[in-house]
Amino acid sequence: MTIATAFLALLEGRPQHGYDLKRAYDEHFGGDRPLHYGQVYTTLAKLLRNGLVSVDGVEGDAGPDRKRYTITEAGVTDVRRWLDEPEKPDQYLQSALYAKVVGALLTGRSAAAVLDVQREEHLVAMRELTRRKQSGDLADRIICDHALFHLDADLRWLEHTATLLDELAERIGR
Amino acid sequence: MNPLLDAEGLHKAYGPTTALAGADLRVHAGEIVSVMGPSGSGKSTLLHCAAGLTRPDAGHVGYDGQELSSLNDVKRSALRRREFGFVFQFGQLVPELTALQNVALPLRLDGVSRRTAERRATGLMDRLGLADKARSRPGELSGGQQQRVAVARALVTGPRVIFADEPTGALDSVSGEQVMEMLTRSAREAGAAVVLVTHDARVAAYADRGIVVRDGRSTERMAAR
Repeated sequence: MTIATAFLALLEGRPQHGYDLKRAYDEHFGGDRPLHYGQVYTTLAKLLRNGLVSVDGVEGDAGPDRKRYTITEAGVTDVRRWLDEPEKPDQYLQSALYAKVVGALLTGRSAAAVLDVQREEHLVAMRELTRRKQSGDLADRIICDHALFHLDADLRWLEHTATLLDELAERIGR
Repeated sequence: MNPLLDAEGLHKAYGPTTALAGADLRVHAGEIVSVMGPSGSGKSTLLHCAAGLTRPDAGHVGYDGQELSSLNDVKRSALRRREFGFVFQFGQLVPELTALQNVALPLRLDGVSRRTAERRATGLMDRLGLADKARSRPGELSGGQQQRVAVARALVTGPRVIFADEPTGALDSVSGEQVMEMLTRSAREAGAAVVLVTHDARVAAYADRGIVVRDGRSTERMAAR
């Protein structure tokens, strides 16, 4: 998702000033990386140029923050297209973890040890996310859950792979 | 600092089946430790041995400076009642008793008068946000509510160690999280240690650190970071 798309989604809710857009973006989409004002106004300029937003009103003197932006029909179409189109699921077919397992087997080192070390590293990350989740609001919880479910999937893969190491070692020829 | 609970070199077989083949578990006061492992790995047997519910074939279990195996059955069960709390996968509440009576039960079994036991149970249930469930019977509660009552029952004697064996195993993911939050928060407030047996990494992530059991052997892992 681009900053422009996020702005369009925010503007479809209601017309807003640049400053409000920045604040709403930081709250809902920014995570740990708030927008700079430069990014806010270059994004708005591009949206204006492409006819996806228009200026709804200007208050007082015409400084950049005085303009109120509203979404156009073309902008609404863009938002709809973005939401209708499913994200391509990540395939994870080039796994760094798998490469390490093979690396260990090829060099006669312990692949089980590689998996053990990785498991602990994953669990440390999961404990941190769980602490963060417990002290956060609903949005934090849902974002942390997304990461926790992914780490959990990795861990299941680590367990599963641990049971296949002998077979894999044979296949690789050691 | 010496661990509060120190199980070392535990072996246990059930007939021809080896459940533990040299497992360790060390728990310091107030610490939450997860015990993970695939099903059949021996993690529940490790919990049962460490809690004095099952006698290991070999190895020893020290609790607060005393050896559990040196205690006779009466003393061992008194220690379990006063020092340990238990939460199992299926709440194991007594269906004929109300939630309040279930929570008060460990105190009643330890000879505390009904009045005092129920007063303490009421206070605890209030603090844990279960006051409105006090008069319900287990059959009238959801699975998650039953487990939260079971957590209250485990806490009512003021135990120093809570043993939780797959406490969320029968729950959906949201109820499971509520139970884990309540269990870990209330244990921390009470300064109780928790031994948390689970196959679920998202549950284990509520602990301060974890060990893994595989084929009856455990690895005391790196300290919490």
